[in-house]
Amino acid sequence: MTTTDVGAGTHVPAGGGAPVEVPSGPAAAETEGVTRGRLVLRRFLRNRLALAGLVTLVLLYAVSLLSPLFAPWAYNQYDYTAFLQPPSPSHWFGTSQIGEDVFAQTMRGLQKSLTIGLLTGLISIVIASLVGASAGYFGGWVDRGLMWVVDLLLVLPSFLIIAVISPALRGSSWIWFVLLLGVFAWMITARILRGMTLTLREREFVKAAKFMGAPSSLIIRRHILPNMASLMIIDVTITVGATILLETGLSYFGFGVQPPDVSLGTLIRAGSDAAVTTPWLFLFAGGLLVISVLAVNFIGDGLRDALDPNSRGGRRRQKSARKSASKTKKVATS
Amino acid sequence: MTMIDSDVLADPGLPPGPDDALLEVSDLEVSFPSEDGRVRAVRGISYRVAPGEVLGIVGESGSGKSVSSLAVMGLLPPSAKISGSIRLRGQELLGLSDTELSRIRGRKIAMVFQDPLSALTPVYTVGDQIAEALLVHGGRSMTAKAAAKRSVELLDLVGIPNATDRVNAFPHEFSGGMRQRAVIAMAIANDPDLIIADEPTTALDVTVQAQVLEVLKTAQEVTGAGIVLITHDLGVVAGTADRVVVMYAGKAVETGTVDEIFAAPRMPYTLGLLGSIPRLDIGRGQPLVPIEGQPPSMVALPPGCPFGPRCPLHVDACDQAEPELLVAPGASGDHRAACIRTAELAEADAEGGELAAEVFDAHVVDTSALHTVPRTEREVVLGVDGLVKHYPVRTGSVFRRKVGAVQAVDGVTFDVRAGETLGLVGESGCGKSTTILEIMGLEPPMGGSVQVLGSDITGLSKADRKRIRRDLQIVFQDPMASLDPRLPVRDLIAEPLEVQGFSKEQIAQRVPELMRLVGLRSEQINRYPGEFSGGQRQRICIARALALEPKVLVLDEPVSALDVSIQAGVLNLLDELKVRLGLAYLFVAHDLSVVRHIADRVAVMYLGKIVEIGSVDEVFAAPQHPYTQALLSAIPVPDPEVERRRERVLLHGDMPSPANPPSGCRFRTRCPLFLTLDADQQARCIGEEPLRRPAQPAEPGTAVVDHEAACHWARIKTVV
Amino acid sequence: MARFLVRRLFNYVALCLVATFLAFALAALTFDPIAKLQERNPPPPQSAIDAKRAELHLDEPIPARFVHWLGDAARGDFGQTVVNTSISDELPRRVGVSLRLFLLGTVVGIGLGVILGVASAIRQYKFSDYFATLFSFVILSTPVFLLGLLLKYGALQLNTAAGAQLLVFTGETSPGFQGSFGAALLDRIQHLVLPTLTIALGQIAYYSRYQRSAMLDVLGSDFLRTAQAKGLTRRKALFKHGLRTALVPMATLFAFGFGLLITGGTFTERIFGWYGMGDWLVYGIEQDDTNITATVTLFVAVLVLISGWLSDVFYALLDPRVRLR
Ligand code: SF4
Ligand code: SF4
Repeated sequence: MTTTDVGAGTHVPAGGGAPVEVPSGPAAAETEGVTRGRLVLRRFLRNRLALAGLVTLVLLYAVSLLSPLFAPWAYNQYDYTAFLQPPSPSHWFGTSQIGEDVFAQTMRGLQKSLTIGLLTGLISIVIASLVGASAGYFGGWVDRGLMWVVDLLLVLPSFLIIAVISPALRGSSWIWFVLLLGVFAWMITARILRGMTLTLREREFVKAAKFMGAPSSLIIRRHILPNMASLMIIDVTITVGATILLETGLSYFGFGVQPPDVSLGTLIRAGSDAAVTTPWLFLFAGGLLVISVLAVNFIGDGLRDALDPNSRGGRRRQKSARKSASKTKKVATS
Repeated sequence: MTMIDSDVLADPGLPPGPDDALLEVSDLEVSFPSEDGRVRAVRGISYRVAPGEVLGIVGESGSGKSVSSLAVMGLLPPSAKISGSIRLRGQELLGLSDTELSRIRGRKIAMVFQDPLSALTPVYTVGDQIAEALLVHGGRSMTAKAAAKRSVELLDLVGIPNATDRVNAFPHEFSGGMRQRAVIAMAIANDPDLIIADEPTTALDVTVQAQVLEVLKTAQEVTGAGIVLITHDLGVVAGTADRVVVMYAGKAVETGTVDEIFAAPRMPYTLGLLGSIPRLDIGRGQPLVPIEGQPPSMVALPPGCPFGPRCPLHVDACDQAEPELLVAPGASGDHRAACIRTAELAEADAEGGELAAEVFDAHVVDTSALHTVPRTEREVVLGVDGLVKHYPVRTGSVFRRKVGAVQAVDGVTFDVRAGETLGLVGESGCGKSTTILEIMGLEPPMGGSVQVLGSDITGLSKADRKRIRRDLQIVFQDPMASLDPRLPVRDLIAEPLEVQGFSKEQIAQRVPELMRLVGLRSEQINRYPGEFSGGQRQRICIARALALEPKVLVLDEPVSALDVSIQAGVLNLLDELKVRLGLAYLFVAHDLSVVRHIADRVAVMYLGKIVEIGSVDEVFAAPQHPYTQALLSAIPVPDPEVERRRERVLLHGDMPSPANPPSGCRFRTRCPLFLTLDADQQARCIGEEPLRRPAQPAEPGTAVVDHEAACHWARIKTVV
Repeated sequence: MARFLVRRLFNYVALCLVATFLAFALAALTFDPIAKLQERNPPPPQSAIDAKRAELHLDEPIPARFVHWLGDAARGDFGQTVVNTSISDELPRRVGVSLRLFLLGTVVGIGLGVILGVASAIRQYKFSDYFATLFSFVILSTPVFLLGLLLKYGALQLNTAAGAQLLVFTGETSPGFQGSFGAALLDRIQHLVLPTLTIALGQIAYYSRYQRSAMLDVLGSDFLRTAQAKGLTRRKALFKHGLRTALVPMATLFAFGFGLLITGGTFTERIFGWYGMGDWLVYGIEQDDTNITATVTLFVAVLVLISGWLSDVFYALLDPRVRLR
């Protein structure tokens, strides 16, 4: 080989020579420190609507919890001097026919509705991830059986089933109602998670784990569920919003929260008879209901943007349209 | 829809180019907004295309080569900011309205896109979509009927069999290669002056790539159009282009005629690219040049030569200012390069590849130590005998019925002995991936047998299987997909150790060790895969696969997802590890040149069967199966002179469906040799399945050591 | 293709029956019509109660009761209500009322939803897009019963302002209305507007969100670029290639949208005093009436499945990739 002096006297950067050497650093340094979590947070915080939603929701819940501390009237007090009065400095949201303070009532209803929504979201995601991941991962008969159950439950609007069961709930605690809501809220999420598990199962890192000899339970715990976490978080918010809508709807018809408990739904029902003459009886409850669900939905949308940048604002790839289709079903139930 | 700096439109300073320029791009700049700031994707590029000329634009992903051509078409998103000038036969295109541009697009300039699978609207027939191109520009004289008739002719022209019928097919009924032809048919429908082909063959198999390039050539002959061929593959350029522009970080870093660029590259980047490609015609003796590091971020580019951080010739002066694209010293004509040390490169009187190895200080890895014992005396570490895997084909989705079987793998036999590398080659759908998944699954096969280190995998207990997994590990094609994005490197590499029950201390000690072994810094142990470049990720995968000190490593296309410059580094690493750790590789690839570089033996698969197998030297010197010959001849060699001399064995059509393979020899529907046979001989191909038989010696009189082919009429044909 | 749809249909029938059984069983378990009877004042004699028990087959096991009911239902007899009226007699009228509401709501909802979604996608990040998005979000966050109440409230203000009964919000016709065909039609329309709007608003919001995202997906697609590259203007490419392709996923949404509609419809009927199936369900549950509940469930299940089946058909019609399966 003819030798030239090309190489002489030059500065060879790290990794320029021998094949097995450290690739030079600058590119790696650029991305340093930007972990996924921080990136997601940054994106979420940049979404002003989502942030507003989060703040609103936290505020609403806090106020509803703490209202007994500062409100002039308690929910179980009656003001015999003020029947059916419009809002005033002493009764911020007015009073009802029998002198109850509408503000205290509304706060109590709001607290119950939000609590029910959050609890149901949790129950639903637990069932959904269990069913979805095992159906998708194990396939075969497990899959077919579980999916048939899902199909079956989807044929019946959950509103209908819960309404049918509701007579049995008369007189029992609202916790039972929450369980019932949870039991009928997981199907669509489960389907989405199953679809996702199916793709994850074919992903090479899952195959790699399988070829290392990792048992199924470990693979599901370590690779499948964590990789669906973003979807699960998004879905919980959607379920929470949908549940609040469903719960208030059911309560409105007397199939949901039973007296003496109150929820926004029962309040609106009580106030709607005289909607025209005394709008404050239902407008505050209705307004807060819309605001809370809107807040939840904004959070969900913001989370989706932040966690799943490809979807750019709740848009998913065409392929998954079928799956995502199911999502707004929940958003708008009732 | 495009935004332009107002001063550019009125720029009188640019002298009108010579009349013969078809397309003249000057000082084109394109930038996009992004999360981190404005991305300057193209930073001032100028080139011109003469009528009938083929200009190759070469660069790695992110070099701005596609963006610049989309700018010519006026198809960049509205958020892109474009400045400079783009003239088509003297007419300025920048600043034209969408309506004005739409009259030019498809009529004067046509485009062929990279991904044929998504380039056609799924809901209309192929014929309708071609006819549409004719109708939009045809004016009143073009009737729907005439357009339909013409689209059949066009499909016929681009080599789609039964064009009359196929014209009514929907895109999803076409294979990738056929769709790309349909797109080309659409592009030439209106006899354009210029065709821009953006990576037209990247998504296709090599034999299909050869077909499509041929079609493109035909298209050019028919229309006399100039072609801008954008690609990352220097081999493709060598065989097709007249002139070449090499792009790096949004700029042209070297331009010249194809011969100048390949014979006398004057920019270290071009040199490195040339040296990084494994060559079919050289093989093992060729040192591969890795260009370490990554292209710079296009958001905040430091001053100076953008290639500086990766350049072996970097000196302090390089960081002063970005080198201009100047006529290379000693070059005749218009050979330009953007490097301050071109003169020194010119003085070196070594040719491309050798010079690259020298400049980048690349060495051949010596693997001879592994082969002191003759092959037959070495232990069989992986034995596959008559392996069969059929998938059921089912209908519907509710009550699924079995209607047939995809014969993905149908009687595959090979063995891998200690310390050797077997390359398993074939095009997509040939069953090579199924084969290795079957092996890795360690489940009893449907037919045949698999032995790992002497134990048959049928009838293994769970514990045995776990033990065998220690000796048999895999590295997948896509390093991003095979690393769980949510785990840090430490956990990723530790995973196999944990599964096999190693103690915490052992793991803590072993992980940094492994990272060093594959050339990663152990400080990076807490990083996530997303923070690494493609090549580094593949190194992580290799480290993970080596964690348990396996004897056999299955490599499933380990470099095909990487840019060429990165690919070389990984191949060198694999070679070195093999020697150091005494590994045996089963190396699956579609690229015969990579196999030629790294493998000791090669097995060629077609439709679930091995058609030719043997030592690399023998097979490549004297390929005997017509399919191997076609495959070899389809692979472009990055050397324009060689390319010009070469004669292509073109295959017709696509691979038949493995659900319904042809009788007798599975290759007969596409076999070029079959066509030359007489009826009796053909009858044998149709009726009788050819078995693997020892091949003929390359030169009469010499003995065949290790070479078998499965063809009744096998004959030697040199194609490289 | 036809075979595929037939097979789908078969599975649906099975799902339908199991679903109805489930509702029937749940209703039979939780409902206690006898208790209702006993609560009456004065309490009916024991003999009457026993007669009722026998009449409602309350002593038989639930599966037997279901088979019994189903057998009758197959012959067109859906049984008696608790207060001894025939379900079959009332069924057609109520089905008619519900279907009118559902169909109108769907047609208006899909039509306007698609238009709104496309417009919003094409003008992404412009004011109209933000407005449409906000509209959808607010509507999707408002329960139907509240929407109905608010519309009612608004209509009342409108009527007062106009000094005439422009919009009517109780019942589907004015009771005992007599008049020419034109007047009758006008009367119907006056009754129709509010409930249809209540139900259509949700549908518009729902479909527009998805049409928007489907359209945006298509906006970045390669084939749209190809269409432009061959010389179509952006607008033409968008409509001819983009919209047509973006409609495909809408077909699958249809089934889900319809399920949503049924729940919403129930509330709407109740609020506007339309005696449809949803209203009947609420009434049936309030009366502890298993037969009514089962009948409505069957109706709902059939509707859900028909919509699912139609969804498949639309999908097959819109997408050649499925058509040729
Ligand atoms: S200018 Fe310097 S850094 Fe850039 S390519 Fe030339 S020698 Fe390398
Ligand atoms: S057996 Fe016949 S068809 Fe097959 S490869 Fe040989 S010549 Fe071609």
